[in-house]
Amino acid sequence: MIFMRLFYEFFKTGLFAIGGGLATLPFLYDMSDRLGLFTRQELATMIAVSESTPGPIGVNMATYVGFHSVQNEYGSFLISVLGAFTTTAALVLPSLVIIIIIAKFLAKFGENKFVNGAFYTLRPAVAGLIGAAVLGIYQIAFLTIDSFKKTHNFMDFIDFKSFIIFAVILFLVLKLKKHPIIYIALGAVSGLILAVN
Amino acid sequence: MKDFILLFVSFFKIGILTFGGGLAMLPMLKLEVVEKNKWANEEELMNYYAIGQCTPGIIAVNTATFIGYKQKGVLGAIISTVGIVMPSVIIITVIAAFIRNFMDYEIVQNMLMGVRIAVAALVTSAVIELIRKGVKDFAGIIIFALSFLLSVCFGISPVIIVAAAIFLSVIFVLKEKPKGSN
Repeated sequence: MIFMRLFYEFFKTGLFAIGGGLATLPFLYDMSDRLGLFTRQELATMIAVSESTPGPIGVNMATYVGFHSVQNEYGSFLISVLGAFTTTAALVLPSLVIIIIIAKFLAKFGENKFVNGAFYTLRPAVAGLIGAAVLGIYQIAFLTIDSFKKTHNFMDFIDFKSFIIFAVILFLVLKLKKHPIIYIALGAVSGLILAVN
Repeated sequence: MKDFILLFVSFFKIGILTFGGGLAMLPMLKLEVVEKNKWANEEELMNYYAIGQCTPGIIAVNTATFIGYKQKGVLGAIISTVGIVMPSVIIITVIAAFIRNFMDYEIVQNMLMGVRIAVAALVTSAVIELIRKGVKDFAGIIIFALSFLLSVCFGISPVIIVAAAIFLSVIFVLKEKPKGSN
């Protein structure tokens, strides 16, 4: 049953996604590959929407995946809303319990040497995980692995026009540090231009 | 009752008015929690936020849960959590339902193709930031590379990699010789 499946997957994500922001991304990629509830292309759309709307990105993505996966299965709007509630509740439930326990019993949690020590290994590990998920986004954004497999010509490995747009937007993101919605709009416009050419 | 409504409304507002989550949420949290409602002073808020960062889950949600619990116990924690995620649930549901009706148009498909490129750039910049902040020495580089390769080449579940990193940190802390920390 899809609701149980989604609840289980997002409970797990809420329990193991540490470090905020895009920490849920590797889990969503993993889900997309294993369960087939949504494609990588759809996941990229969800990231774009989640970064351009209010609220924490992780919560936005959980809501989106819940709604989308159930809608794929049943089609009905109301049941899909239930899917959105299921994934969001499952995502926040582990931390709700953990925070209540910490607030009640562990006043000095933040000063614990094991808690602080955990970040020494967790930060690079999470960076590696998200880096791996980013590779998945490259595959649908500007890599053309399928045509490379056919021709074995390295010129067919990358879609150069898309890659140049990627490089320009990345440069702007790193230089200007404006809100993500600006770059997403820029991407949409460049998509239109690419299609005309 | 009034206190619960106030918790819900305040965190609902924080959820709806912050774009991007994470650190972007701090100014709004400060305004609602410290200045308006005096649920905590600035130092306490920063402590809650720090705990939210080093516990599983979404940082902003964790901070809301913490403040809710401190104010009104378990029910307060639940109400604050629901308050901060509710705007996301409503807004995303509406957009998700709406977008689907336009998916089949070619012009939308073309735009989404470009949007994917922008997402690739945004997420790349986030990873660069993470590497800058989190990968600081040789051990960090090794852990980063291992995590990346295990995930890409062998499709190892992120659950296992995160659990392994935590396990490794416990060994590091236990083995650490008493010396001045850096």
